[in-house]
Amino acid sequence: MTISRRKFIRNAAMAASAVSLAPWSANITRGAARSRVVFSHTAVPEGREEAVRCLHALDRGMEALLQRPVREAWASLFSSSDVVGLKVSCLAGRKFSTHVALVQAICTRLEDIGLKKGQIIIWDRLDSDLDNAGFVLNRNPQKILCMGNDAVGYSRELYEYGSACSRLSRLVTERCTAIINLPVLKDHGIVGISAGLKNFFGAIDNPNKYHVACGDPYVADVNMFAPLRDKVRLTICDAMLAQYEGGPPYMRQWNWPYQKLLLTQDMVALDRLSWNIIAKKRRQSGLPSLEETGRTPGYIHTAALHGLGNDDMKQIEVVET
Amino acid sequence: MTDADAHSRRAFLQSAAGGVCLLLSASAWAASAPVTPAEKLVEARYYEKLPHRKIRCLLCPRACVIDDRETGYCGVRENRNGTYYTLVYGKPCTLHIDPIEKKPLFHFLPSSATLSLGTAGCNVLCKFCQNWEISQSRPEQLPALDLPPDKLIALTRQKQCPVIAFTYNEPVVFTEYMYDIAQIAKAGNRHTVMISNGYIQEKPLRDLCRVLSAVKIDLKAFSERFYREMVSGELKPVLDSLLILSQEKIWFEIVYLVIPGQNDDSQELKALCRWIVRELGAQVPVHFTRFHPQYRLTNIPATPLRTLEHARQIGLDAGLHFVYSGNVPGHPGENTYCPHCQKVLIQRIGFAVAANRLGDGVCPHCRQLIPGVWK
Repeated sequence: MTISRRKFIRNAAMAASAVSLAPWSANITRGAARSRVVFSHTAVPEGREEAVRCLHALDRGMEALLQRPVREAWASLFSSSDVVGLKVSCLAGRKFSTHVALVQAICTRLEDIGLKKGQIIIWDRLDSDLDNAGFVLNRNPQKILCMGNDAVGYSRELYEYGSACSRLSRLVTERCTAIINLPVLKDHGIVGISAGLKNFFGAIDNPNKYHVACGDPYVADVNMFAPLRDKVRLTICDAMLAQYEGGPPYMRQWNWPYQKLLLTQDMVALDRLSWNIIAKKRRQSGLPSLEETGRTPGYIHTAALHGLGNDDMKQIEVVET
Repeated sequence: MTDADAHSRRAFLQSAAGGVCLLLSASAWAASAPVTPAEKLVEARYYEKLPHRKIRCLLCPRACVIDDRETGYCGVRENRNGTYYTLVYGKPCTLHIDPIEKKPLFHFLPSSATLSLGTAGCNVLCKFCQNWEISQSRPEQLPALDLPPDKLIALTRQKQCPVIAFTYNEPVVFTEYMYDIAQIAKAGNRHTVMISNGYIQEKPLRDLCRVLSAVKIDLKAFSERFYREMVSGELKPVLDSLLILSQEKIWFEIVYLVIPGQNDDSQELKALCRWIVRELGAQVPVHFTRFHPQYRLTNIPATPLRTLEHARQIGLDAGLHFVYSGNVPGHPGENTYCPHCQKVLIQRIGFAVAANRLGDGVCPHCRQLIPGVWK
């Protein structure tokens, strides 16, 4: 196939302008440069004091991630006209879901940059999952919204990439202009680990079809669906508690207080580091590696090959605060 | 028919039409549809408990190992705290009255009105599924009716349908519901038929054979490659199911959807037909039906008529006695011919029987016995 010089230049210019028009969209440039993942230390929030500590950890993390003061950091990613979806992870119930205190802290910072409450939507797969995790369901736009996919349904349109073909939550396709991914860090009985990329199985109508072959390439393919690829601007992994075996449900004997938030714009880098964290903990506990149990999370490398981010440790910058 | 009957028939047809709406616009309705009643879960059969609240499903060949709060591949059977539940028991999301020819079953009570029902979920993922909006959905995504077995049987009786068909999605995934309906129906001298992909383990299939009247198996291809790439399943367990049906002496027919360039190779079709004749017998009806672009296979055209005719000829040449062409209304390949004298016994146009000259399962011209369930 040949392409004229003029056409090449025109296409290149269009691509460049697309990047410059969306400065917050890490997705467009993902894979090209080093990726930063910030580890922000904090205690598990159980009371009001800890909730404040959680907010402080969030602020430290955002400053370190975007290298600017807190308010500017948030404003560099979101505008006051955005409708921001907070994709939490609630499958494991109150003991092991995205902490309410963390979500409250994020809402506070979004309101600080001018978003109204009704422009923030806390969501996951089911109303009942959100309720079980301690979130208060709400459809009144005077307050922060909170609802499951089952409350709004799925797109009529099918989204297809590679081996995956799904309908997406209408919250993703119709309501949100931006998404913050808020997964928890855990072992997963089929796909190895569940952190950033896997959390978006909660955005599709048929995740049951993709829990095969260690989720490879399905997890990566789902994250290539345009609405997800284009709208996810930030991932904050709630690793205040984490789990190195027996996931995705909560298993007390394998759950430990890791006491960190992991902030990034590169979900692939986050997942690569998450794998390392779980692998180390499994080694320390005398458990076989994920590879030895036939649960290698190969989808992480596949996602890197898709251009969704970096899985090369040399290209991942870890910052601790 | 009394006035009361007429009224309830109208009410029933309204609700059946509602079922069509649900099927066609489920995702648009999900936000506002009231439908699914409060959860009354029924424990699943065919599973074993594993350590740490896991379970292993023993219903279909996938044998999914499922963590707490997760569903299996089918999406309609869920582990809750180490106990496995069916989420679709008594909850069909679509309900219609169809002629039995639509299933298709051509050698089973021709022209019978069949109360047909399906739920959400499927244990395979066919790229060409024509009912993907329900088969690939999970229960929470579809409005459903509240029809426990006794209510469904009462409805069948009220509407004078001699046959109940489990169809539309894959009935294996709602096997508990299907079994209980079939058991009650059998006691009341009503028939039940399962329209299935045959992707089921031996024990549940043999259990079903004790209560069902007939089975139609969708044999998707005769190659593991096709099953792997187009169905996300396996061929071997389906062939094993066909052998079990033959052993159990339950009436069954086979449908083979012919997809251009995918499973229409002459050698594959010859091998398939030879296998059927050798392992199941020449009397098993085989329907070669026309594919229409659907779901993820919209880039492949409908099956040319000559391909269907060629497939039918391959079946006849292999020694099969009853080979049909499907989804081609008015084609002579839809008719049943006597394998001995070649006279037309049942003339069909689409799903309608235009003429039935078969008396008591015997050819009126040469007295050849025609296999099937005729009364």
